[in-house]
Amino acid sequence: MDLYLPVANLSVNALVIIALGGVVGLLSGMFGVGGGFLTTPLLIFYGIPPTVAAASAASQVTGASVSGVVTHMARGTVDVRMGGVLIAGGVVGASIGVFLFRLLQAVGQIDTMIGILYVLMLGGIGILMAKESIQALVALKTGKRLAARKRRHHPLVAALPMRWRFYRSGLYISPLAPLLLGMATGILTMLLGVGGGFILVPAMLYLLGMTTQSVVGTSLFQILFVTMATTMMHAMTTKAVDLVLAMLLLIGSVTGAQIGTRISMSVRPEYLRILLSAIVLLVAARMALGLGFRPDEIYTVEVR
Amino acid sequence: MSLRARLTLLSPALLLLSAADEPLLVPDVSQREVEIQYSFTGADLLLFGAIVYPGGKQPKKPADILVVLKGPDQSIIMREKQKVAGIWVNADTARFRSAPSFYAIASSRPIDEVVDERTAAIYEMGVDKLQLSPSSLNDSAELDRFQAGLIDLRERAGLYVERPGTVEITQGVLYRARLPLSARVIVGDYTAETFLVQDGRVVAAAVRDITIRKSGFERFMAVAAEQWPFLYGLTAIALAVGMGWTAGAVARRF
Repeated sequence: MDLYLPVANLSVNALVIIALGGVVGLLSGMFGVGGGFLTTPLLIFYGIPPTVAAASAASQVTGASVSGVVTHMARGTVDVRMGGVLIAGGVVGASIGVFLFRLLQAVGQIDTMIGILYVLMLGGIGILMAKESIQALVALKTGKRLAARKRRHHPLVAALPMRWRFYRSGLYISPLAPLLLGMATGILTMLLGVGGGFILVPAMLYLLGMTTQSVVGTSLFQILFVTMATTMMHAMTTKAVDLVLAMLLLIGSVTGAQIGTRISMSVRPEYLRILLSAIVLLVAARMALGLGFRPDEIYTVEVR
Repeated sequence: MSLRARLTLLSPALLLLSAADEPLLVPDVSQREVEIQYSFTGADLLLFGAIVYPGGKQPKKPADILVVLKGPDQSIIMREKQKVAGIWVNADTARFRSAPSFYAIASSRPIDEVVDERTAAIYEMGVDKLQLSPSSLNDSAELDRFQAGLIDLRERAGLYVERPGTVEITQGVLYRARLPLSARVIVGDYTAETFLVQDGRVVAAAVRDITIRKSGFERFMAVAAEQWPFLYGLTAIALAVGMGWTAGAVARRF
């Protein structure tokens, strides 16, 4: 079933895009991540212009995270104050991202930058996750319990001035730390169309030292609002949001996300995490190869 | 397209028509307007017409027909990837002021057998004869490389098409050719030019205009994204939140 995308200016097979959204949604439901890290590269791979792909993927992440946020709010596992600071940082970061996007577009390096960022981000996080989940799995098999990690924030965080109390997170730290963290993820959201949950969750755990219960809910809360802001910024500046494309992705991903959530309840979290890290590393490796191998297209055309 | 531009395009035809003993071309196209709608996957255009010889006398040696379908010109920047420090990055660039967004040519025999190099260059017959008006400081070898890159890229996207030997001429007076429009064409004013060539000389030429536009929902979407970006963005967000929330609410019931 071919469908014409009015902003991307090309026709795609609607079923392929819905299926793509469905797979990403399934993963996002299973692992509690937005899945933008998969959508953007897959769309580019399918032939959608990178700008349109990044701009439209952001709204898919919004759709995928809504029901998660509703659930976590009901359970009281969202630190709204922490989330608010992160969102403020995220919006600032996204604005910086707009500027960077335009700059990189003007010098013609946006594609390369997107590629490099993906490899670094996914590679780094993937290795970290793989290491941790293998350790957890070994502990599970041998029956030995891992020594519980002491929850404390990074010394750098402690050095920042001005301290606020974040009750739900069990923290008494400077709001500058989550603000900066939010900014970093905001930039990534704008450039890559990802939610940034990948960076956010480990950083909240290991840099800020938040309680585990509130980490996922709060990061979803931040992702929801930052992807909304990003969609708006793309609509206003790059004008590359394709509603038809976003709609197709959403149909697949919101359905997939619900199925994914069901699956995640019946599988051990240790297995889920090792599967996720394998997928992440696979995507990173594919992107790295893309940078190193001779690309299919040596030339690109930009219309002025 | 402005009136002035139309006149410029028509002028060679007018000049040729003024001579009474020269043959005349009466061209037409199957569609004067091509509408891009939700299921648009490209289109096939039929370009046909009649050759009217003065006094109805056909020349002994059969004449040739070339049909050129051209889209709006674009000012483009081309970037070339090179391997720098192990990764492929955009290194060299070239600018062209007038690269046609679409170009398709069909002829009754291979182009190089119909016209010589010089005539082909004058009338831009063939994708390698397009005048792209480079506006950057590249040397000619570099420009040739970029031009070849552009042609290759657009040929594979179906935006530059050469169909030699596909114009059918019936009994020396009726001709017809089929040219494919790719799904990736941009909207705008297109021209279909027909050339009658006798002994390597263009003896008649005529132009028909074709408009390609988005219609209905697709047009509304493209216009909305450009004209009302705030509302458009708001719609995108509302759609995402609404669908995500609905799916969650539905799933909780089961």
